[in-house]
Amino acid sequence: MYKYDQYDQAMVDTRVEEFRDQTRRRLEGKLTEAQFTPLRLKNGLYLQLHAYMLRVAIPYGTLDSRQMHALADIADTYDRGYGHFTTRQNIQYNWIKLEEAPDLLADLAKVEMHAIQTSGNCIRNISSDHFAGAAADELVDPRPYAELLRQWSSFHPEFNALPRKFKIAVIASETDRAAMRLHDIGINIVKNEAGELGAAFYVGGGMGRTPMIAPCINPFVPLDQLVTYAEACLRVYNRYGRRDNKYKARIKILVHELGAEEYTRQVEEEFAHLLGQGVEPPLAELERIRTYFEDPAFQDASNDTIDRSDPDFALWVDRNTVPHKREGYVSAVISLKPVGGIPGDATARQMHVMAELAKSYSFDELRVMHTQNIVLPHVRKATLYTLWQTLEAEGLGSPNLDMIEDIIACPGLDYCSLANARSIPVAQKIAERFASTGKTDALGQLKLKISGCINACGHHHAGHIGILGVDRKGVENYQLLLGGSEAEDVSLAKITGPGFDENGIVDAVETVTDVYTRERQDGERFLDTYRRIGMDPFKEALYG
Amino acid sequence: MAETLRYRDDEPVDHPAVTVDSFLDQSNATAVRIEPGDDARDLIPHLERLALVEVNFPAFGDGRGYSSARVLREAGYEGELRAVGDVLVDYLAYMRRCGFDAFEPDQQFDRDDVEAAFERWPEVYQAAADERTPIWAKRHA
Ligand code: SF4
Repeated sequence: MYKYDQYDQAMVDTRVEEFRDQTRRRLEGKLTEAQFTPLRLKNGLYLQLHAYMLRVAIPYGTLDSRQMHALADIADTYDRGYGHFTTRQNIQYNWIKLEEAPDLLADLAKVEMHAIQTSGNCIRNISSDHFAGAAADELVDPRPYAELLRQWSSFHPEFNALPRKFKIAVIASETDRAAMRLHDIGINIVKNEAGELGAAFYVGGGMGRTPMIAPCINPFVPLDQLVTYAEACLRVYNRYGRRDNKYKARIKILVHELGAEEYTRQVEEEFAHLLGQGVEPPLAELERIRTYFEDPAFQDASNDTIDRSDPDFALWVDRNTVPHKREGYVSAVISLKPVGGIPGDATARQMHVMAELAKSYSFDELRVMHTQNIVLPHVRKATLYTLWQTLEAEGLGSPNLDMIEDIIACPGLDYCSLANARSIPVAQKIAERFASTGKTDALGQLKLKISGCINACGHHHAGHIGILGVDRKGVENYQLLLGGSEAEDVSLAKITGPGFDENGIVDAVETVTDVYTRERQDGERFLDTYRRIGMDPFKEALYG
Repeated sequence: MAETLRYRDDEPVDHPAVTVDSFLDQSNATAVRIEPGDDARDLIPHLERLALVEVNFPAFGDGRGYSSARVLREAGYEGELRAVGDVLVDYLAYMRRCGFDAFEPDQQFDRDDVEAAFERWPEVYQAAADERTPIWAKRHA
């Protein structure tokens, strides 16, 4: 895990003081609300329907037990005893008072955390593979590159007022667990024929109202030019991204309007110029960061076995653990999707429990997944049963990773001021329906994602099944989409046809899954069947 | 009119800045004003005769002026670079880092706030258009 040195600590401490001063000037009336808004947004503070919401950065989704305990304490001290883990591997609190926000940020700084640039028109928290450092299939750990970019992008003077928000993801394996190509910049660390590491840059992806898959604009940027290349990508965007229309201001629109080729040409020209400007940290800095991400002291666990005599436990093992690069270890996923619960929510007590478990069983490390679950990345097989018993007792043992109950849902109309419709109750109803009919198991991997409006925070474009809440003449209405994927087989989901009301959408989801169980061939996931047979059979069943 | 803050020792230019278009048309102007949509690169062939470049920020949220400033400094411009318009105290440190050395805000600054803004940040993470040493350079000095 990365540890702050005196410089990093000075930066977050200074930020706390700066925000304290800004808040004071706002409360004294020296700053107008319009002037204060972007300042508070850059500290993750939104004004929502009922209160301020604060989003805390969890860089590349990695945290230790001390930090998780602190997040729990914050939930108790400043909120109503719970927090919400988000699709960008962050956590947000829904009931924050403006006057208390500076103290909250100070508490975060004590455990090397912050809310810097978790909102606003700037470079946001960098996300990454939640199995980084543990995955059997990764080339290298992508997090050192993400950390390098975190530092570069924090308080970047030139890019503090971009046309729109800017999201970067870094991965380093062929399997994409971070929706890399649906980011403003997606970086994949790759090896060239000479065996050297470099960065493939994908620019101009995104969800929102105009979803786009990022094209590759450079398949291999050498590691000692990584920051310079990112700077070139951003400068072209800052200079030419549209500012006349908020809905056309993301970089995907610029790349689309210029064409990937022309955008690339401009970036390369800027890059050639910037190479002479000394903006690149030395490789020694990357090396320094890398030392924090070395393997923990794995034991020889090759003889570990799993006693499967308890069937509930065996089911959880099958569903919620994934292979690890070290023999005898797995990564264990703690589901924050109990049937009937709010996807991604955890109570302070649950956070404390997860922190303790990480300390006892996972080398003091936890990860937040973009699917709003928590990972214990390095767990010995021999300790799984004890671990699971605790999870079960705390309501954290749902065996549903990547199943239809493992729904991604944005906060929707229950919290969000931009929402057209509620997301959470729909997620709850769908999970309850499939849990009660017992169909979940038979469906296998099925990623269902719900957004409460076109902004797509719930990633509905990337769902095998997606649901989008819209407003139809003042009534909440839900559109159904099929065939999306955020993984390495990335695709955008398509709308089936007319929308449904709240109960209708639950039925509609069941209808399309019935088509799948009827039509599927050996080993096909829902997505595979959809891709083979196309939309028509589903439409027929829904509207025929 | 709010006071102009200047962090340079030379004499200020005493005639008004012209638009980029008129500057490119007439050969004697030494002061020019860049609007957000202008391409700062158009000035690069003429930097020798420029003594003042004003970069207008009609709205503080439009950040194109930051890039304009760096483009000019990176091209070797050493004259006055002045941020004008909706220039707010909370952005002064960023502007300074991008190469601005004068500020002419629509609304008068509070002196104490200005001082606090420039003194606040003990360190910086990036190399930019100022002389500050980035953290990474200090780590590997
Ligand atoms: S998708 Fe819309 S409703 Fe949901 S959180 Fe985002 S902005 Fe709010």
